[in-house]
Amino acid sequence: MSSATVHDENPYLAHHFESIEQQEESCTLGMWLFLAQEVMFFGGLFMAYAVYRFMYPEAWLEGSASLSVPIGGANTVFLLLSSFTMAMGVYFCQVGNSKWLFRALTATLVLGIIFVGVKWVYEYTPKFAEGIFPGAGWGPHGHHYGHLADFADQGALQIFFVLYFIMTGMHAFHMLIGFAILLVLMWMTKQNKFGPQRYMPILFFGLYWHFVDIVWVFIFPMFYLVT
Amino acid sequence: MNFPLIPEQASTFAPSVDLLFYALTAFVLLFTVGVTAVLIALGIKYKAEPGRKSEHVENMALELLWSAIPAVIALVIFAWGAIIYFDYRNIPENTLDINVIGKQWMWKIQHPNGKREVNELHVPVGKAVKITMTSQDVLHDFYIPAFRVKQDAIPAKYTDMWFEATKVGTYPLFCAEYCGTDHSTMGGTVTVMEQDAYQEWLEGGPPVTPAQAGETLFQQMGCVTCHDAGAASRGPVLNGVFGHEVKLRDGKTVVADEEYIRESIMSPSAKIVDGYAPLMPTFPNLDEEDILNLLAYIKSLSDEQQ
Amino acid sequence: MANDVVHGTEIPPRDHTRPEVNYLNWRQTVSSWLLSQDHKRIGIMYLISISIFFVVGGLFATIFRIELLTPEGDLLQADTYNKFFTLHGVVMIFFFLIPSIPAVLGNFLIPLQIGAKDVAFPKLNLASWYIFMVGGTLGVAIILLGGLDTGWTFYTPLSTSYANTHVFLAAIVVFVTGFSSILTGLNFLVTIHKMRAPGLTWFRLPLFIWAHYATSVIQILGTPVLAITIFLAGVERLWGVGIFDPALGGDPVLFQHMFWFYSHPAVYIMILPGMGVISEIIGCFSRNRVFGYEFIAFSSVAIAIIGFLVWGHHMYVSGQAMYSNLVFSLLTMLVAVPSAIKIFNWTATLYKGNVVWATPMIYAIGFIGLFAIGGGTGLFLGAVGLDVPLHDTYFVVAHFHYVMVGGMVMAYLAGIHFYWPKMTGKMYPQTLAKLCAILVFVGFNCTFFPQFLAGWLGMPRRYHSYHEDFQVLNVMSTIGASILGLGFIIPVFYLVWSLFYGKEAGSNPWGARGLEWEVCTSPPDPHNFHETPVVTSEAYAYTGEETLSE
Repeated sequence: MSSATVHDENPYLAHHFESIEQQEESCTLGMWLFLAQEVMFFGGLFMAYAVYRFMYPEAWLEGSASLSVPIGGANTVFLLLSSFTMAMGVYFCQVGNSKWLFRALTATLVLGIIFVGVKWVYEYTPKFAEGIFPGAGWGPHGHHYGHLADFADQGALQIFFVLYFIMTGMHAFHMLIGFAILLVLMWMTKQNKFGPQRYMPILFFGLYWHFVDIVWVFIFPMFYLVT
Repeated sequence: MNFPLIPEQASTFAPSVDLLFYALTAFVLLFTVGVTAVLIALGIKYKAEPGRKSEHVENMALELLWSAIPAVIALVIFAWGAIIYFDYRNIPENTLDINVIGKQWMWKIQHPNGKREVNELHVPVGKAVKITMTSQDVLHDFYIPAFRVKQDAIPAKYTDMWFEATKVGTYPLFCAEYCGTDHSTMGGTVTVMEQDAYQEWLEGGPPVTPAQAGETLFQQMGCVTCHDAGAASRGPVLNGVFGHEVKLRDGKTVVADEEYIRESIMSPSAKIVDGYAPLMPTFPNLDEEDILNLLAYIKSLSDEQQ
Repeated sequence: MANDVVHGTEIPPRDHTRPEVNYLNWRQTVSSWLLSQDHKRIGIMYLISISIFFVVGGLFATIFRIELLTPEGDLLQADTYNKFFTLHGVVMIFFFLIPSIPAVLGNFLIPLQIGAKDVAFPKLNLASWYIFMVGGTLGVAIILLGGLDTGWTFYTPLSTSYANTHVFLAAIVVFVTGFSSILTGLNFLVTIHKMRAPGLTWFRLPLFIWAHYATSVIQILGTPVLAITIFLAGVERLWGVGIFDPALGGDPVLFQHMFWFYSHPAVYIMILPGMGVISEIIGCFSRNRVFGYEFIAFSSVAIAIIGFLVWGHHMYVSGQAMYSNLVFSLLTMLVAVPSAIKIFNWTATLYKGNVVWATPMIYAIGFIGLFAIGGGTGLFLGAVGLDVPLHDTYFVVAHFHYVMVGGMVMAYLAGIHFYWPKMTGKMYPQTLAKLCAILVFVGFNCTFFPQFLAGWLGMPRRYHSYHEDFQVLNVMSTIGASILGLGFIIPVFYLVWSLFYGKEAGSNPWGARGLEWEVCTSPPDPHNFHETPVVTSEAYAYTGEETLSE
């Protein structure tokens, strides 16, 4: 069997693979390994979180009580919805419905942007305005966060917010990367690049998006629901 | 020129540590020389010859044997090391307690009667000495090679070690944990003296013991206004607290050891005693010496109780 | 096809002519190199880059070894000395040891050995090199801007709150370079899983592949933890918050836990590929199938797994709980078992073989001897009671260098000498190379053996000035280092010389087995194989009838 004939059949088959199956299996394994390293990456943060929560339970209670569960909860809903629309996107791609694939990707993007927008407008901005920014700019004041200034151990409270900003920030950063990829995928969908023959990019992006979603599902109770 | 090849043995740990060291040295050298010799011998005996075929051998019994034997040897070495380590961690009763604070780039040392020294440590021979240490800034490590002891000094934490010197003399003291610019000059000498001589040396100390200094601080900082036995007491009374269990607001209990008391001074809200509100302010200006003095005072309160 | 069956009992005829078209000459422009997705060219690009970093790291070592001739610390200022040992460590570890065998020989050989046209993701492979070079360029920027003085371990709070050097930039360097390593590991793992030629089952794979498989697992699972740890330290430095600084409520020991969770397995990233190279060479020059193939293969995997469970042995004296120390000590001892298995099996491979004392074989035997000492002294440091006096002394420095230089660098040189004819198609002068191998062995021992004694006498590491008792040992060490340095420089000359004047090597100058020798030309074709090879037998099917082509 000559490999040249196989390559002629499928324009998506890269020259160094023998068959489209080999290519797809390789890409799938690669994607899962990428997610494995992502798990370890966030795992380091979860480790630091666990240590400090154990060390400073009082600061965790105080910090968590100042976060808005309705806003965090609403965002959780937006994100879960976006995961649903993404899953639908994969389905539409596999059945060859480009029009609905495009719509599903758009919905995913919009929901993602709502999530990050809410986070920025209703979570980060008021905190920055009222001195909830660890480090030199630290100094809780104003009617939302002013009461935190009375908490005796400001160092521990800062660690809570450092981890809050790093973990939610790292999560939001992953979403921003997701937006960029989504835009590319939407453009490619318009160019009719995807279909039942070629749905792996959509599938892999879906895996990535679900991963980002799952990270939030952990982050939400860890910061907003400390009791 | 001094050219020692064997380190001096000046503590009770040294002979047992050295025995393991030399035993392992003999073992590793034997192993290395043995393996290399066998390799070279096989390389010569089976030097390539035209016409002779190589013969591949597999031997499961041999494989299992040379997996099992290293495992047993490794476990023996582990156990041997662990036994020595138990000695290191098994701090005897009635030690002479010396406090050490590491600071870029010096060791500040305080004896039980309050006598201080810097980069020098005087200890009596034949008496168990316990060193409690912390650091004012970065990580340091208190290392006395002749005693075979070493312990990291960690900021905001108390670590300890003990030794019993066996030989009068002067030995080097080093910082073993890299701590910045003058790391290599952070050290000095340890002088082991006869017990009488040590007592005599101590006499020259200042009139104030750490506990007394701590009591003065306790008054000056206003600690006493809350931590008193009056009816309106806003903070727990500290008599008899040290070394005992304390019940916390969240239902857990902790033992009030050095670490806990230090934490309660420096980050008062971290663990709130049951029945009290988190009212205590922080005292960012206290340095490690002050805290050690306060600790000595609080410890002395629990001695009085008993 | 004649090429279809390899690894059979018949040794295919050797090709003694240089192929007209090969991966080196088929396109000659600069961009054909810099944008190449060919794993072989990327391997060569890594070879050149890490050689440069090795010289940089070596220069720092040269200067501070001269400084250490006298106890007073009179050549360099204390701060300069501290910068030099820090930069030596950072450059050597992140820019030489970690990439060395995987990025150079792994890239070059993995597809050749498994009969693939390339790694699974060639573009990603090129991207890894660029990420590495971005990290490397920033690393050079640190040196030019005034250096770094935290030690390569970046211990907090010294690194985050006290050092006045470019710690934040260094955090970026380690973070960025780490992703190069992660992506390389990912690429190899997928390649090994999915790109093997027909018939090349797991237990027919060369042991070099097994070693890289284990290495890649560590790279993927360990490196991200280092990335996030160093990211946190960088944030702490930038914002002035107390993640690891106790003055601000943080815990410096947490940094050590997170740092060593990666950095201990990282030493296996450095040594496992070296062990893979040694297995290839021992098999080839014993003209015998490697003894206990499965044991060597699984011992690599075992080392990778146990490696993740022993990080606490770096922290015996950092106030860790007594029982944690005992558990870490016990687990550490377990690493000795797979290491010993490898040594015994390599040794037994010579038995009833036809041993050829070629240059790579001399390096390989040197490796085994030095690794025995390096691994054996690991027992000293793993035994918790004995580590107390030895921790953070020159004993640790010596142990580490016995494993990393005596082990890893010897294996790297062995591999370069073994695969040089394959990579370039040229032979280097054998006698000179053999003398050089012995020079490296002798120089290495003269440099680092005295350091064991210095450490046992109590000389702490990272000392700019030191107690006069240690001077004789330090002078011996510096003399040894000059010999070692010579042993490193001479190969550069004869290898470069061989590129122009060396004899044509032919496809299989060593008479070695394996797809890369039996099917590929030297230098290989741009696409490695004209036809996908089919493998019908085990690796190392040596008979003793193979000959050197001279």
